Amino acid sequence: MKKVINNPENVVNEMVEGFIAAFGNDYKKVHHTNGVVIKNKPNRVAVVTGGGSGHEPLFIGMVGEGLADGAAIGNVFAAPTPNTVLEVTKELDSGQGVLYVYGNYSGDVLNFDMAAELAELEDITTKTVLVNDDVASATKEHAFDRRGIAGDIFAIKIAGAAANDNLTLEEVARITQKAANHTRSIGVALSPSSIPSTGKYTFEIADDEIELGMGIHGEPGVKRTKLQTADELTANMLDYIFDDIELQENDEVCVLVNGLGSTTLMELFIVNRKVVEILNEKGISIYDTDVNSYCTTLEMAGVSITLMKLDDELKNYYDKPAYSPYYFKKGRG
Amino acid sequence: MVAETDGVQTYLSTKQVKDLYIYVGQKVIEAKPTLTEIDSAIGDGDHGIGMEVGFNKAIQQLNEIEVEDINTIYKEIGKAMISNMGGASGVLFGTFFVASVKNKPVIDRLTLATFAHLVQSGLEGVQARGKAKVGDKTMIDALAPAVDALNTAVEQNKDLVEALQVACEQAELGLEQTKQLVAKFGRAKSLGERAIGHQDAGATTISIMFKSIFDYVSNLKTNGELLYE
Repeated sequence: MKKVINNPENVVNEMVEGFIAAFGNDYKKVHHTNGVVIKNKPNRVAVVTGGGSGHEPLFIGMVGEGLADGAAIGNVFAAPTPNTVLEVTKELDSGQGVLYVYGNYSGDVLNFDMAAELAELEDITTKTVLVNDDVASATKEHAFDRRGIAGDIFAIKIAGAAANDNLTLEEVARITQKAANHTRSIGVALSPSSIPSTGKYTFEIADDEIELGMGIHGEPGVKRTKLQTADELTANMLDYIFDDIELQENDEVCVLVNGLGSTTLMELFIVNRKVVEILNEKGISIYDTDVNSYCTTLEMAGVSITLMKLDDELKNYYDKPAYSPYYFKKGRG
Repeated sequence: MVAETDGVQTYLSTKQVKDLYIYVGQKVIEAKPTLTEIDSAIGDGDHGIGMEVGFNKAIQQLNEIEVEDINTIYKEIGKAMISNMGGASGVLFGTFFVASVKNKPVIDRLTLATFAHLVQSGLEGVQARGKAKVGDKTMIDALAPAVDALNTAVEQNKDLVEALQVACEQAELGLEQTKQLVAKFGRAKSLGERAIGHQDAGATTISIMFKSIFDYVSNLKTNGELLYE
């Protein structure tokens, strides 16, 4: 696979340097780590996200106003070190505590938990919300085992808005946890990505095949099928979500149709067209829709669909304005 | 402390333990292509790269600082791994080394009994953090039997080199058994039955570590460089 890189070992460092070179007015790199934080340290609960690289614009692109205050990132598809998480935490804590919001992966949990212990030694209180929105990654009974994918976007959005409201760490965590609990996603992969350090593809798939439920690091999904039309595929994907979360007539949801890297906006809009049609048929009301590639897997082709079921509290925080170079909401209400 | 069969305790000095772990690190780094291949089959494929980063930093650190006791050696290796590797292995292997010497009095000679005590603490530390048990297809599958073998050898007053040989064999046996297992952690978990037939990458590294410890110490013995109390 052709990539525009220098030494494969330096891709993450050089990406962060390039990000700061572009947006250094508002962001800074945390010394000696691949951590990125907003320049103006907030005097309230801080929100930190993170995970492996290769999912851009997630995670650094979700740092901004009304969003996360910092992100700790690791190598491609590998969790950040505890040191990175700790330094980001120390940079942002104002004495009111730090909320960690990230996807549920063993490596990330180990490293963030260790950082939380180290932070505690420095008298910084942290709390954690794990995002586990991928319905294809484990059964409903084992939902605690599920991976986090594009649902991170909604959870971070809500966390940032709640923190901005000067709530306590407990409250920010409770509301963010609710957002995570109300969010479900499913993805489909069309073609794999290749890892810069090895040059190898993360999985093999025939030209006319797709894999439903494949994870954002190429984890195996639930079903490999022949390529389907966008309408068939969208209906099949939504069925997995409807089987998992109770949605009744007049319930309100936010929709995210998310590209996995190389899938075009054209395709994403075609998927969204069908999502809207199906939700309308069911009488489910769409409060807001986002169609973009936020949570990617390098150059993987594919799409994920995420629904977050709203209640008044979540809607209130969803409505707050948010801004980063890669995510913005005007705010309403 | 119990005496060995011949009535004397063999041990390694602080300097020898430092050289031992530099050797162990080099052996793990040499195995990077193998580790990458094993981890690519069912994991993220980054285990070999991670271990290389971790041991390179550890070796660099050991060469730079004044090492006055064995506690420092373990602590520095652990810290280098935790701070530089990332991924699950950084925390787990780093925790192994840090937990080995956590809350221990100053150790300046490594006897069999002391070594068994250290790796036992290391194993407990890894399990407390990672929550894995024997049979979950992780590094624990090689580490736990090796620790058991060392504890048994201490009870039986075995000779240091002989004990390390049994520990090394048990680690390898445990590694071999990971091929039959379904994974409970990490990316391999999502493969279910498809992980069967593949060995675990973390257990492979543990096995390489015990093999190289045995090789190094038996070489010291052959050269008459082992010390006696």
